[in-house]
Amino acid sequence: MKSLSSKIYMYLLYIFLYLPILVLIVFSFNQSKSRANWTGFTLHWYGDLFRDERILTALLNTVIVAVCASVLATILGTMAALGIHSMKKTGRAILMGATYVPVINPEIIMGISLMILFKFFATHFHLRFGFATLILAHISFDVPYVIYNVLPKLRAMNPNLVEAAQDLGCNPRQAFFKAVIPEIMPGIFSGFLMAMTYSVDDFVVSYFTSGTNVEPLSVTIESMTRVKVSPKINALSAIIFVVICAIMIIKNLIENRKLRRDLALSRAARQ
Amino acid sequence: MKASKALAVPYAVWVLIFTVVPLALVVWFAITDSDGSLTLENIFAMSDYMSVLFRSILFAIIATVICLIIAFPAAYIISRASAINQSTLIVLLMVPMWINFLLRTYAWMTLLEQNGLINKLLGLIGLGPYNLINNSGAVILGMVYNYLPFMILPLYSVMVKIDHSIIEAAQDLGSNKVRLVRKVLLPLSMPGISTGVIAVFVPSVSTFIISRMLGGGTNDLIGDLIEMQFSGNSYNPHLGSAMALVLMIIVLFMMSLFNQFGSEEDMPI
Amino acid sequence: MKKIISLLIAAVLMLSLAGCGSSPADEKRIPTEEILESFGLDPELFSDYDYDRFYGQEITLNVANWGEYMSINDDEMVDVNEVFEALTGIEVNYKTYASNETLYSKLLSGGATYDIIIPSDYMISKMISEDMLQKLDWNNIPNTANVMPSFLHAQYDPNDEYSVPYLWGMVAIIYNAAMIDDEIDSWGALWDEKYAGNILMFNNPRDAFGIAQAYLGYSLNTESEAELDRCFELLRQQKEIVQGYVMDEIFDKMEGGSAAIAPYYVGDAVVMCEDNPDLDYVIPKEGTNWFVDAMCIPATAENKEAAEMYINFLCEPEIALANSEYVGYSTPNAVTYSLLDDEVKNDEKRYPSDEFLSEHTEVFINLSDGTNAYMQNLWNQLKIDNTNVWFVPIFLVLLIAATIFVNVWRARKKKRDNF
Repeated sequence: MKSLSSKIYMYLLYIFLYLPILVLIVFSFNQSKSRANWTGFTLHWYGDLFRDERILTALLNTVIVAVCASVLATILGTMAALGIHSMKKTGRAILMGATYVPVINPEIIMGISLMILFKFFATHFHLRFGFATLILAHISFDVPYVIYNVLPKLRAMNPNLVEAAQDLGCNPRQAFFKAVIPEIMPGIFSGFLMAMTYSVDDFVVSYFTSGTNVEPLSVTIESMTRVKVSPKINALSAIIFVVICAIMIIKNLIENRKLRRDLALSRAARQ
Repeated sequence: MKASKALAVPYAVWVLIFTVVPLALVVWFAITDSDGSLTLENIFAMSDYMSVLFRSILFAIIATVICLIIAFPAAYIISRASAINQSTLIVLLMVPMWINFLLRTYAWMTLLEQNGLINKLLGLIGLGPYNLINNSGAVILGMVYNYLPFMILPLYSVMVKIDHSIIEAAQDLGSNKVRLVRKVLLPLSMPGISTGVIAVFVPSVSTFIISRMLGGGTNDLIGDLIEMQFSGNSYNPHLGSAMALVLMIIVLFMMSLFNQFGSEEDMPI
Repeated sequence: MKKIISLLIAAVLMLSLAGCGSSPADEKRIPTEEILESFGLDPELFSDYDYDRFYGQEITLNVANWGEYMSINDDEMVDVNEVFEALTGIEVNYKTYASNETLYSKLLSGGATYDIIIPSDYMISKMISEDMLQKLDWNNIPNTANVMPSFLHAQYDPNDEYSVPYLWGMVAIIYNAAMIDDEIDSWGALWDEKYAGNILMFNNPRDAFGIAQAYLGYSLNTESEAELDRCFELLRQQKEIVQGYVMDEIFDKMEGGSAAIAPYYVGDAVVMCEDNPDLDYVIPKEGTNWFVDAMCIPATAENKEAAEMYINFLCEPEIALANSEYVGYSTPNAVTYSLLDDEVKNDEKRYPSDEFLSEHTEVFINLSDGTNAYMQNLWNQLKIDNTNVWFVPIFLVLLIAATIFVNVWRARKKKRDNF
C-alpha cells in the first residue's frame, strides 16, 4: 500500500464491494417501502422480521441442514482423505478426479441431476423431498472441500509418525487416534468450516432439491424477491451483515494478535 | 497404513450414487424422449438455443475478463501490503462473499431500478432516468460483483508467494512497469489466473438467478432455459437435460483449456 | 473439537425442540365464535361445519397459490390462514408460484407435494386429462352451495368433479397516466414504439400469446400453427421494446413507476391502482381473456379430507370476501357477492355483464398436446434468437475434439518432459 494511486484503487474497489450492501442496510431503517426516498427512521421492519414465522423457520432449516451436512461430510471426507492418501496412483487419480467433479460442475447441473435422482428415489423408494434430500445434496458438494483441506495435512505428516507411536507402545488404534488425528485436526476443522460456509450460502442446489415442506433461507429469500418486496429483506441483510462482520472481526483480531506476537518473538530472537 | 484404504470405500460408494449416477441420468434423459425411447431430437433441438448459449458464453467471458482486469492489480497491491494489512484486506474481501448472493444481487436490483437510488441521484443533477436494469450490462455487472473475490483470492495466494527480490531484481535490470508485468508477474501468477478464470467463468456461464433478477426475462441465459425446463414455464426435462449436457461439455472444455497453465497438484479452490 | 461438535449438536437439538414446541396436542380449543370474533369476523355468517375434527392431530396442509392471491401478511386485513389454523388446529404451509405452467412443472419435476392448488381453467383440464387431480367429495365441501350457478359445469370441469371456483377476472392493460398521454384502448399500445423500454409483458406463454391473439383478432384457443407463428412474430417484434417479462414482479415495477404500461389481471390492477393513484386500467376494445381460478387437490396430496375442509373454509362468505377484497379479483361466491359494496358490484371491469363476457371475452381452453408443445417451443424461441439447425452438433463435435486434442497434447508434453 505504498503509492497513492494503489490506495485510491483499493478504496474504490472496496466501495464497489460494500456500497450496495450498505445502501440495503440503510434502507432497512426507512419508514416507507420505497427503496430510493428516505422518509424517516424506523425499526418497524426488524420487528416484522422477527415475527415472520416463514423466515425464522427457514433460518432454522438452513442451520439444521448446514450443521448435519457439514458434520457428516467432515466424517466422510476425513475417512476418504485417509483412504485416498494410502492408495496407489491409479485409484487415487480416479477418486480425486471424481472429487473434482462437484467442485467444477456448474451448480445448476448438480441441482438438476440430483433432482432427477431424488425424483427416481421418490417414485421407487418413497423418499420424500425435504431434510433428507437437502442433506444428501449438501453432503455431496461439501465432501470435496473437506478432502482438499485434509489431504495436504496428511501429505505434510511425517510418515514415520505412526511407527513412532507404535514403538512407544500404542496399538494401531491408539496410534491413529493419538498421533494421526491430532496431526490433521487443523485440516479437518478448516474443511468443516468451509463445508458449513458452502452449505449456508448455497441456493441453486437447494432450490432444486428442497421440495415443498422444508425451505432453506436462501430459497425463501429468492421467493421474497419475486413478489411485492418488503423491506424485511433489507433488515435481514443488515442482521446477516452484522453477524458476519462480528465473526470476521473477532477472527481477525485473534489472528493479528498471533501475528504480532510472532513478529515480536522473531524480532526478539534476532536481537 | 494399508488397511486404511478401506476408509475410502464409503466415499467411493457415495461418489458413485451421488455424482456418477445423477450425471449418467442427465445424459440418459438427454438422449431419450418422454416415452423413454432413444432419440437425438433433444440434441438437435439444441440448435435452436445456440444463440442463448453463445450469449451465455459471451457474457461469462466478458465478466471473467473484467474480473481479471480489476483483480490483477488488486491482488498485487494486497500481496505487497504488510502482513497485518494483508489479512485485514482479505477479510474485508471475504465479508461480502459470506452474505447470501441473492441478497447481494437484490442490492443491485434496488440500486439500478428506474426509480432506484442511482437514477434518483442522477436526477438531482438533471440527468436520466436511464434504463440501467434489465439489460445485458446489468447482468454482467451482477456477475462481476458476485464473483470478483473468486478471482482476487487465487491471484493473491499465488502473488503473495512471489519473492519480492525477483521484482526488485527486474526493476534494477531496468524493466519498466509494462515489461515487469508481462515478463515477470504474469507468468509467475499463471496458476492463480487459471484457477480464478475457472472460478469466475463456470458460475457465470451457468447462472440463472443473476439474469433473472437483473436481466428481467429479456436477457435469458442458458441457465434460465435449463431452469425453465425443470421448474419453470415450459416443462421438458429431456430438453433441459440436453441443455445441461451441452453446458457440461463447454465447462469441460474450458477446464482443459485452462488447466494446462496450472500445475496438476494445485488445489482447485 | 469434541466440545465444539457437542455444543453444535446441543444447539441444533435445542433449536429443533423450540421449533416443535409451538402446538401442544392436548390444548383445548376455544369455541368457534370466540375465535371468529377475535379475528373480527361475524359468526352468524359462518356455516356450522365441524372445523375442529382434526384438532390436535398435528396435520400440515401444503397450500400452493399464485403470488398475492390470498389475504395474508397484511396488517389491516384478516389473515385467513391464521383463522383457519385457529379454527382447525391444522398448520398451513403456504407456498406461491408464478404461473400455471410453473405450477405444472413443479408438480411433475420435483418433490412438490401440495394438498391444495389453485390453477386456472385451461390448466385444470390439462391436469384432469393427465390424471394429476383427485376427485373431490362434495359432502365435505357443503359451502359449494354458495357458488353461483353460472360457474358450475364449466367447460374445464364439466361435471364439477375436480374443482371449486376460487376467484375470476379478466386481463386488462394497466398503465401509468403520468407517463402516458394518449388514451389507451387497444392492445396495440403494448407495441407502441413511444413506450419503448417502459413496457412490461407476461412472463408465461399462454397469457403472452393470448394478448397477441386478441390483438390480431384470432381465437385465444387457436390450433392453427400459422396463426401462432404470426403471434410469435408479433411478440418477437415487441421484445425489442419490452423492458422485462414479469409476473408478480409487476406490483413493484408498476406501483414504483419503473414501467409505464403492462397487461395484467384486473384484480391485481385494482390493487395496484389503490397503491398508486397515477395508475389506471382498461379492458382493450379487441376483447380479452376471461379466466376462472379454481381450487383443486392434486393426485399426490396426502391429506385429502383436510384439504377439502380448507376448500370449504375458503368458500365461507366472509373468508371469500376478505380474499376478494384483498386481491381485487371477482368472486364466484353468491353470498360473498351480496356482501359487496354497490360500487364494486357495479364496476363493469370487475363484474361485467353476461353480454359483455360473451361478446368481448374468451376463456382459455386446454390446447391439444401438439399445439401446447408448439406454443411452448415458440415461447422458448421468443426468449432467445434463432440460428442454423446444424450449429449445435458441429459446435459440440468441435468442442469435444478440441478437448481431446488439448489433453492428448498435454499428456505427450508431459511424457516428453519426463525423458
